[in-house]
Amino acid sequence: MKFTIQVNEGPYQHQSADTAYHFAKAALDKGHEIFRIFFYHDGVNNGTRLTTPPQDDRNIVNRWSELAREHDIDMVLCVAAAQRRGIVDDGEAERNGKDATNIAPGFRISGLGQLIEGGIESDRTIVFGD
Amino acid sequence: MLHLVNKSPYDGSNLNTATSIMKSGDTLLLIEDGVYGAVKAGKAASLLEGHTVSVLGPDLAARGITKDKLADGINVVDYAGFVDMVEANDKVQSWL
Repeated sequence: MKFTIQVNEGPYQHQSADTAYHFAKAALDKGHEIFRIFFYHDGVNNGTRLTTPPQDDRNIVNRWSELAREHDIDMVLCVAAAQRRGIVDDGEAERNGKDATNIAPGFRISGLGQLIEGGIESDRTIVFGD
Repeated sequence: MLHLVNKSPYDGSNLNTATSIMKSGDTLLLIEDGVYGAVKAGKAASLLEGHTVSVLGPDLAARGITKDKLADGINVVDYAGFVDMVEANDKVQSWL
């Protein structure tokens, strides 16, 4: 079965980023496909590579990047939410005149259409948030 | 339909709303702080009566709630069981 997962909360603030990760991993372990993970609102903070959590804590951002690499998952940050919160890729840096980028490996920035398409293309859409 | 509740019943009305809207054949899964709603001695346990209810085991364990503290008839699932419940229900409603 194909799943799209929506994450509305940032890492470390609320449990939803952890729940979404464990759900995605369990779904993949059972042989399901994750069509897309869409990060919305504060959820876009899951996609900055500049975080440095303590070494004995989970690294939520790296965990997403590894999951995407291992399973070829499309992970999308909402562009309007990312602009508000300073999550920047090369295209956004150029478009908005920023002097740096911080997007983590495996993530890309795109629009809400990607969430809608995920809902259409997947058998189930599950929302995690606060 | 699968209903997900992730808030404590003592921190908002999500469980109340979900259980009042649930129809016959629907299933409720309590996750995150939602697991507090499954405690037998809690005053929210009566909201679960007559409904099919599961609770996410790892979230129970993280809060120190043992199975003997749960209201009667509640099923404990792991993340794999959570995935199975999503597969078994054609719609999933998160009561955020």
